[in-house]
Amino acid sequence: MSMLSALEWLANTPWSIALHESLYVWPFAESLHVLTLALFVGTAVMLDLRLLGAAFRSIPVSELTNRLLPWTRAGFAVMATTGVLLFYATPVTYYQSIFFRVKVVLLVAAGINVFVFHTRTMRTMATWDAQATPPRAARIAAIVSLVAWTGVVVSGRMVAYNWFACDIQPQPAWVNWASGCILPTP
Amino acid sequence: MLLPFFEWCEATWLGQLIRDSVWAFPVIEAVHLLGLCLLGGAVLIVDLRLLGYGLRNQPIAHVARGARPWLGAGVTVMLSTGFLLFMSEAVKCYHNPSFWVKITTLPVALAFTFAVRQPMAMRDGFETSWRSRALATVSIGLWFTVAAAGRWIGFSS
Repeated sequence: MSMLSALEWLANTPWSIALHESLYVWPFAESLHVLTLALFVGTAVMLDLRLLGAAFRSIPVSELTNRLLPWTRAGFAVMATTGVLLFYATPVTYYQSIFFRVKVVLLVAAGINVFVFHTRTMRTMATWDAQATPPRAARIAAIVSLVAWTGVVVSGRMVAYNWFACDIQPQPAWVNWASGCILPTP
Repeated sequence: MLLPFFEWCEATWLGQLIRDSVWAFPVIEAVHLLGLCLLGGAVLIVDLRLLGYGLRNQPIAHVARGARPWLGAGVTVMLSTGFLLFMSEAVKCYHNPSFWVKITTLPVALAFTFAVRQPMAMRDGFETSWRSRALATVSIGLWFTVAAAGRWIGFSS
């Protein structure tokens, strides 16, 4: 079974249809998804600014990673839960959305950056914890994080627009390829 | 009474420019969301501290001072992009209850943040008190209302 047919099956499950057609549940889930940006990306950005030496320069980095990151993780849990719920409501539309695909790629990139930062860069943190401007590896992690999350937010917002949707043709060939559109053979 | 003003806003060249473009509104909207991240982070890092969470090994004043430039930057991005979004659909906003909730709560949130919470937090030490917790609760309540009503403008049309 292909990914597309699996998602077509998912889209026809009663809960997916109920969610898609709901008057309030979908907008509430969407609002929670957007508002939690302030907690999740907001606290992540504060850590990134500290790693760049652009904010809270006299506060040790470990104070932020120990005491602020639990809030970032809580925010991520809400983002992921509401995100999965929103995907479940219209899985085929999102699967074939070029913006959603860009968002997933950037999410993976941001995730790899988090993994590398925690497993490598943070290991030496004791030696630069109190430095106003952390070493280059930490600053690079902060820039990658800021760029990746900016991209996730922007592409996430654009998912709502159907300029490149498969059912709006003609589209340039690369758009149809990148969106995974299946066109009827003439 | 205010409707002619809203109609005038929407008819300005700026409002028309944004409305006539396919990309302008979505792009400004996306930047508005990025501003939300920055403003949200700068507000919450201080409010969490006032509640006794987050960076509680630091004096409250220290956290408030560190967040201040980014609070200003976040507010600047939000206000300028929000102004542009409003100009492009002012009449829709006029008929939208969520817009009125947002636009009346916003000045209260701004005044409270810059005239009350920030100066008071800048004088606080390590102790959280009922007063610091009240400041944070009011701040989070006001900004949550502004943000939630803002999101709801798009739903209640």
